[in-house]
Amino acid sequence: MADLIVLVLLGAVSVASALGLLLSRNAIYAALFLVLNFGVGAVIYLLLNAPFLAVVQVSVYAGAIMVLFLFVIMLLGAERLSPAEDPPGASFQRPLAIGLGAALLGLAAYVLFIRQPAAIAPATPIDSSPTAVGLALFGDYLFPFEVISVLLLVAMIGAVILTRDR
Amino acid sequence: MPVLLEATLKSAVLLFVLLTGFAYLTVLERKFIARLQARIGPNRAGPFGLLQPVADGLKLIFKESVTPAQADKPLYFLAPVLVVVPALILFAVIPVGKGPTFQLASDINVGALYVVGVMGVAVYGITLAGWASNNKYAALGGLRASAQVISYELGLGLSIVAVVLMASSASLADIVEAQMPGNILGWFIFRQPVAAAIFAVTAMAELARAPFDLVEAEQELTAGFMTEYSGMKFALFFMGEYVKMIAVSALFTTFFLGGWSGPFVNEFPALSVVYFAVKVLACLLLMIWTRATLPRIRYDRLMALGWKVLTPVAIANVIVTALLIVLGVPGFGS
Repeated sequence: MADLIVLVLLGAVSVASALGLLLSRNAIYAALFLVLNFGVGAVIYLLLNAPFLAVVQVSVYAGAIMVLFLFVIMLLGAERLSPAEDPPGASFQRPLAIGLGAALLGLAAYVLFIRQPAAIAPATPIDSSPTAVGLALFGDYLFPFEVISVLLLVAMIGAVILTRDR
Repeated sequence: MPVLLEATLKSAVLLFVLLTGFAYLTVLERKFIARLQARIGPNRAGPFGLLQPVADGLKLIFKESVTPAQADKPLYFLAPVLVVVPALILFAVIPVGKGPTFQLASDINVGALYVVGVMGVAVYGITLAGWASNNKYAALGGLRASAQVISYELGLGLSIVAVVLMASSASLADIVEAQMPGNILGWFIFRQPVAAAIFAVTAMAELARAPFDLVEAEQELTAGFMTEYSGMKFALFFMGEYVKMIAVSALFTTFFLGGWSGPFVNEFPALSVVYFAVKVLACLLLMIWTRATLPRIRYDRLMALGWKVLTPVAIANVIVTALLIVLGVPGFGS
């Protein structure tokens, strides 16, 4: 019961921070709302008995990536958005976004309320210790893991080459 | 709920010790640096100047709290809090003594990762303080801080990885246990000297203390990110810095100096807390000594040191350590 209350509160904070991210006109605030959202995600992982994922979420997203985002926003002085003015050729985007968003919401409502809940398999508790995660990564999922490492390496080399003095 | 009550009581005691420790660390630093510079240091308030922190605190409470007119108010007020909180919550996973009485959550199996995560989040306070003050010095200080912390976090994390490999556990309680067998040579500072050196340097950089204090370089940036802060908000930044000093010393003790271990801890568990405190104090004195000795490093050199020296060496150290453990070299792994 206590878990349910916490989960509902977390959900509310999560939705609120996501809305804040989308609606704030100041890029710094948007970035901070995203950090808050990641933090809520980490706590939800904790509730699900996955502490490893929780701390990785905080240290990778909140601790590294979003700090870089903030750094870039501050460095460029790009925090203020000019009042809404659609760039030319983008007038179709707003109705399209509304339509797609409504479709997604409708789909979620269908899955949650109309489809039989019995069709959803109950979650089985699994070992989520760092050891288990490591064994899975370097055992069953070794190939995708290596592919992603190579992909990141390519991105890194690309960034270095693009910024190099000619 | 006895568990909740116990955790609350322990946290309250820990907070009290940390805040007192912060107050007296400021006196210790001023006195020790004064001695190193052949001065006497504060000696007017109370015997040997021991009431100096009380005087400082009272003075700061009565100072006018100025808020810049163009500042971003919410973030301006939030920033000092974001500096203090990560420094304090680091202690949740540090075992300060033998047995569950002196430990809060040090047995969680992701303790080392928690440390890296919390230290990574700690930079927000400084960055936001710099940005929200709407002051060019503060903004430059905040930018420097983020660049510095991002650069040195890698080396810090990788030096902790070497320690985790040695202990084959990410729980700080297990890391202390792994340094226990045998004599003093079991400490990771002797078995992992490279990781210890990298941790020491990168941790100083994360703290933005001399010789890495160009975040608040007086001559060029007045006071860096805290230029616009006064009164108790300034005191909070001060507190964040000193509590983080204690936290980093406690982490160095836990990772490399055998934590609370020492002779006769099995007979008298309370002795372990004393050992821990003595080791932390030694680290703190070393840090203050460094500040009094070394000049500030230049900004491009700081970046070059972080990216071109510390990070590659830390990566090589992790690879070598892993190889030695896999090969089963005595003294590596457990």
